[in-house]
Amino acid sequence: MSTNYIGKSVKRVEDKRFVTGKGNYTDDIVLPGMTHGMFVRSPYAHAKIKGIDTAAAQQMPGVVAIFTGADLAEVNGVPCGWQVNFKNGDTMKEPKHPLLAHGKVLHVGDPVAFVIAETREQAKDAADAVEVDYEELPAVTNPAAGVRAGAPLVHDEAPGNIAFDWELGNPKAEVDAALAAAAHVTTLEFVNQRMAPNAIEPRSYIGAYDTTSDKYTLYTSTQNPHLIRLLMCAFVLGIPEHKVRVVGPDVGGGFGSKIFHYTEEALITWCAHKISRPVKWTSTRSEAFMLDAHGRDHVTKAQMGFDANGKITALKVHTYANMGAFLSTFAPAVPTYLHGTLLQGLYTTPKINVDVTAVFTHTNAVDAYRGAGRPEATYLLERLIDLSALEMGVDPVELRLKNLIPPFDGVAQPGYQTQVALQYDSGNYQGVIEKGLAMLGYADFRKAQKEAAESGKLLGVGFSTYIEACGIAPSAVVGSLGARAGLYEVGQVRVQPTGKVSVFTGAHSHGQGHETTFAQVVADKLGIPMEDVDIVHGDSDTVAFGMGTYGSRSLAVGGSAIIKSIDKIVEKGKKIAAHKLEAAPGDVDFANGKFTVKGTDKSLSFGDIALTAYVPHVYPADLEPGLDFSSFYDPTNFTYPFGCHIAVVEVEEETGKVALKRFIAVDDVGNVINPMIVDGQIHGGVAQGIGQALFEGVEYDENGQMTNASYMDYCMPRADDLPMFETGSQVTPCPHNPLGVKGAGEAGCIGSTPAVVNAVIDALWSGGHRVRDILMPLTPERVWTAMQ
Amino acid sequence: MGNKIHVKVNGKDHQHEVEPRLLLVHYLRDTLRLTGTHVGCDTSGCGTCTVHIDGQAVKSCTVLAVQADGANITTIEGMANGQLHPLQEGFHQMHGLQCGYCTPGMIMTAADLLARNPDPSEAEIRHALEGNICRCTGYHNIVKSVQYAAEKINKEVAP
Repeated sequence: MSTNYIGKSVKRVEDKRFVTGKGNYTDDIVLPGMTHGMFVRSPYAHAKIKGIDTAAAQQMPGVVAIFTGADLAEVNGVPCGWQVNFKNGDTMKEPKHPLLAHGKVLHVGDPVAFVIAETREQAKDAADAVEVDYEELPAVTNPAAGVRAGAPLVHDEAPGNIAFDWELGNPKAEVDAALAAAAHVTTLEFVNQRMAPNAIEPRSYIGAYDTTSDKYTLYTSTQNPHLIRLLMCAFVLGIPEHKVRVVGPDVGGGFGSKIFHYTEEALITWCAHKISRPVKWTSTRSEAFMLDAHGRDHVTKAQMGFDANGKITALKVHTYANMGAFLSTFAPAVPTYLHGTLLQGLYTTPKINVDVTAVFTHTNAVDAYRGAGRPEATYLLERLIDLSALEMGVDPVELRLKNLIPPFDGVAQPGYQTQVALQYDSGNYQGVIEKGLAMLGYADFRKAQKEAAESGKLLGVGFSTYIEACGIAPSAVVGSLGARAGLYEVGQVRVQPTGKVSVFTGAHSHGQGHETTFAQVVADKLGIPMEDVDIVHGDSDTVAFGMGTYGSRSLAVGGSAIIKSIDKIVEKGKKIAAHKLEAAPGDVDFANGKFTVKGTDKSLSFGDIALTAYVPHVYPADLEPGLDFSSFYDPTNFTYPFGCHIAVVEVEEETGKVALKRFIAVDDVGNVINPMIVDGQIHGGVAQGIGQALFEGVEYDENGQMTNASYMDYCMPRADDLPMFETGSQVTPCPHNPLGVKGAGEAGCIGSTPAVVNAVIDALWSGGHRVRDILMPLTPERVWTAMQ
Repeated sequence: MGNKIHVKVNGKDHQHEVEPRLLLVHYLRDTLRLTGTHVGCDTSGCGTCTVHIDGQAVKSCTVLAVQADGANITTIEGMANGQLHPLQEGFHQMHGLQCGYCTPGMIMTAADLLARNPDPSEAEIRHALEGNICRCTGYHNIVKSVQYAAEKINKEVAP
């Protein structure tokens, strides 16, 4: 096969519509007769609803309907998609998450009423006129505080506010014994703070109902239209799937926050039927800050033990994971199967025990946010190992190298079995560290750092390695771990009679560039120009099925499904070609867009075969016409990208301000289809990880009010906060999928956060400030205070 | 309701009666159906709604439609003139966009910068874009896109 496209930085197909203002995001869509909705939301984190008076609002101009929780008493709540039971076998506590609050509100922003009017302004005016009588109750926001005796209870059915507890790895007694016998133990108690995902397109939904066909349509800014349809139809509204079309048009970023099935999606679909008119609701940024599922929020104690030679002997972790007031779609999986299972990292640690307590609080739901669990695991490991190096007085790179898992390709050598369930597919961990050190110029840096310190400048370098489990995921494995869905993907390849190709994928692109990357793969595999390939995604009526895009899965799982269909097309094409060329199908080769009889110059082009398949005049007797295949691909393992990230910072001693001088990211994401797009994914992820380290974090006050729910108060990384990034790559192919790809969407966000924090701590030590840890984000105030 | 405004948008004249509270961004999006200008926040913090009013970059969510009466407005839809504007081309060539949502605002802000400073340094570009948030790109390729456009414009201007 020639590779005209694979491995090349092909410019993106989708760009033209976006740079000319012709993108089609949900809020851009106007349907005939469309109404507009606005929510009345709780101003309290915890309160009894004593009464709702909608009488005045009903009389306002343009009001079409007003719904409250009482109208939806018989409607199901939105479900959780993952069930993690208690250690003792008790079922996970899963209180109903109603579409509108009824009787009580459990977090600020909990929806109390939904007002529908002819215009957005009229809906807003009427929503302001709805009177709600609350009795405020005490709230709890911190997960460690939530489990204390006497803490305000979020749900009566979850005593102690515990949703579930969970443990993985070696028996606790063995790990305790190893820690007791260790020559050195490093202990770190820290908070991995709550993050607001901040996709720049706010969530937006349009529900519509057609009375003649009894058919619903939901336009939604989602990462997975079919999953939303499945959850909404089967669990919430009880309407049959074939009567529901879910469309995810252009979507302005997700970062995890648009995976989940939100109450508003189901409510708006339900309302469209009730009023027999389309209803649109678009989140404000204030609502987005309060209500788009947050990420992280772990309160953790971790201990790492070493022998006298600096080899890690044990790791013990306990985490309180904040779930918020309700269990969002994937929430239970994040601190468990996406966090606990990654605590082997790149190290040979022989004993690991991780214990997680998932806690309800009077806050917004917490779920997967770029990296989801893996950044928390990486932060834990890489902060611990760096701190251990400082405490033991050894070089942080040497300590990592000493404990590294040796290289294995997963083919000749077996995969690496961790102590925490996963089996890594292939890896060369030393390679990415060495490459990173070379890009940095480590020896020179240490010299420069010493000189800087002598002249009163605090220069620091921070290292981080990471591994992630991507390509989510083998259905049977995740099923045994509590997933309530399969996590395969669907890829349909329809060859048109003229040889042009339409590809239908269940993956959803919201910035990842699938229309380009997938077309590169298909064009090369079929030996045709990219212009002849069209990638279709995001519409449940045109795409057979799909599980969507998250967990860096699109190419590894969705791409593999497309490859399966291409294989079927080639196989059928060979039969057609063999018949026309009067040869045996086994004697026909397909390469570079040509079907050729082996050892001859007799050949037919891909276009000839496509036309013959649809005009089957000279055609094998036992073969169906047409050239159109759909395939499901269910992976056999996760994929395991890994890398080494290095940050160089300068800390201003007088103010505590951190300036990021360099950022080096060496990532091994397996085979690369489009290096430009992979680099772009790394850049964006790195920026988000730096955001967590230095700038961002959701703050709740003691009453459960989010005190920084706007861009005036929540510090986003901006253009002048960041340097140019230096990216390097290494390729260790994935041994178990046909493209050898591992996934690149989350890598940047996983490796970068601890690298930056480690760099700041290193800078402080270079100036004689023996600071062990600083709570993220490392604001100037916190860094300055730590130095005093 | 009813305040009559007369504006020129992308070279076309428009007259409408608008509510006094109507924001310019909603006038552009809802009344004129120019949906390339986006709304990303409610505090003028994200810059996705940036347009040009009389040649200057302005966040159209901070302007009432009535305040724009008599103005000459350019939106992202008015940037390509038969062929892509050098900034539009730059964002494509340098992979300066991913989800595309912040892109129109970025391009409009960068166009204002290049009009004032045709050869900006990296620091000047970053400073100029500091009122526009992108969550996808980490700004690296956005800076390169603006540099690409500056170079192209300067080459075209040079004899």
